[in-house]
Amino acid sequence: MPIILDKVNHIYGQDTGTPLRALNNIDLVIPDGQFIGIIGHTGSGKSTLVQHLNGLMKATSGNIYFNGEDIDDEDFDKKKLRSKVGLVFQYPEHQLFETDVFTDVCFGPKNLGLSQKEIELRAYEALKLVGLDDEYFYQSPFDLSGGQKRRVAIAGVLAMKPQVLVLDEPTAGLDPKGRDEILEQVAKLKKETGITVILVSHSMDDVARYVDRIIVMNKGCILYDDTPRAVFRHYAKLEEIGLAAPQVTYIMRELQAHGYDVSDDVTTIDEAKDEIKRYFAGLVATGKGNR
Amino acid sequence: MLRDITLGQYYQADSVIHRLDPRVKLGSTILFIISLFVFDGAAGYIVAAVFLTLVINLSKVPFRFMVKGMKAIVFLLMITVVFNLFLTPGEPLFTIWKLKITKEGLRLAVLLAVRLSFLIIGSSIMTLTTTPNQLTDGLEKMLHPLNRIKVPVHEIAMMMSIALRFIPILMEETDKIMKAQLARCADFDSGNIIKRAKGLVPLLVPLFISAFRRANDLAMAMEARCYRGGEHRTKMKPLHYARRDFIAYAVVACYLVIGVAAGRLEPVLLAFVGITGGVSV
Repeated sequence: MPIILDKVNHIYGQDTGTPLRALNNIDLVIPDGQFIGIIGHTGSGKSTLVQHLNGLMKATSGNIYFNGEDIDDEDFDKKKLRSKVGLVFQYPEHQLFETDVFTDVCFGPKNLGLSQKEIELRAYEALKLVGLDDEYFYQSPFDLSGGQKRRVAIAGVLAMKPQVLVLDEPTAGLDPKGRDEILEQVAKLKKETGITVILVSHSMDDVARYVDRIIVMNKGCILYDDTPRAVFRHYAKLEEIGLAAPQVTYIMRELQAHGYDVSDDVTTIDEAKDEIKRYFAGLVATGKGNR
Repeated sequence: MLRDITLGQYYQADSVIHRLDPRVKLGSTILFIISLFVFDGAAGYIVAAVFLTLVINLSKVPFRFMVKGMKAIVFLLMITVVFNLFLTPGEPLFTIWKLKITKEGLRLAVLLAVRLSFLIIGSSIMTLTTTPNQLTDGLEKMLHPLNRIKVPVHEIAMMMSIALRFIPILMEETDKIMKAQLARCADFDSGNIIKRAKGLVPLLVPLFISAFRRANDLAMAMEARCYRGGEHRTKMKPLHYARRDFIAYAVVACYLVIGVAAGRLEPVLLAFVGITGGVSV
């Protein structure tokens, strides 16, 4: 179910002395099944943008269409929209409140008015999808580790079976291992269910590895909207707005500067590996291996 | 929703009123409130209105901000007015169905409405032009003499400033948690009162947890910087009276004198108006 944004503006504190334009004429089409990364510096408007996708924030002007329907129409069912567009906030573990993990995950589907059996089935599936072991199901969510809490919170949104999953900085405050685990799990989930996933982040390395489209936000505008490879070609501009290309891109560029004939059009470690292999294979083939 | 409450919010501007010593503003606000209860004739309130208009103008805070604060007490105001209007015994003016409106009731209702709105506007001027920190600093200094009778003034002021500081933080947190639960299709505003109260659990539990977590963090941070309250603690911005502060005191004193005098002279003034009115006819 595609989402279309048409000239969306959002201004904070319009009637105070200091209005702030957080979104500036955003046009965006989010088709089904894409894996999208939204990247931007702190305060670039990325969190504001994603809160418009499920109607939590109302655009100051402009229209948002979900599956062809204007979400600001009087008779539009916001609750249904929120079950279809699942939004996981920053530090989602702060929203946990139930006495045990399983009941907490049941909260979302319960609000949809499903049967008890269906609710529990969905909660179970969701917890399995985020890779949480059965032994934790009946523990208090407050006794879990940070990474586990976050999985429970993500499961809480997944249990509503959204068609679009939006994750706002899902790795903030996690250690490298926790970060990789969460991202791997999300990638796996994407592959298994085929839903649209939108990953909001300010880390290029996090995003480059997984997504097939990157939207770069700067000062409330969309600066780039393209494949990761195409976006990272603008690395100079990215640095200017306080972002960076993935580290591996810089390594390749450094190799080039030292006279190695490798391409810097590389965004992940695997690609870099292949590129370096290709380079050495070329050397061996031409017999210049003893450089 | 929660953000609409202006009462107790600071409005950034550069004005004489903003620069006044917080003690002046605190003291004057208290005097102003007392004056509202002392006056009981139209003349006193006209003086109060003139004084308020003057101060609002000087403060450079848009008037609509003060009115925003009034929204919070509209309900209370209505109840007061309605009860006084219909339930005060006295000389009946006119009757609607079984409800009698008396002359005394009308007078009392108008009086109380004016009194309450002036009270709110007056205290909003103070909170809109004084940061919570300044306010507690002022309070601490004003109450300092109580230290001698073993009242922990500094600790009380500290608690107050922490509490005030946490209001916007917790409001923001509430907003965030509310949105997070709304994203899970929570329902905060439908159903009967019991259902609604139950609906608040997913909001209140995380809010309390986060409040305790923040309190803990703050205590830890204060300990880490060797905070010890009370005596011998110096201030980064010690309070000193400047000339404008004395002028402000003088202005407030003038206001009180004029207000009381106007109240006393009201019958005379009315008579005067009556005479001139009579002459012109």
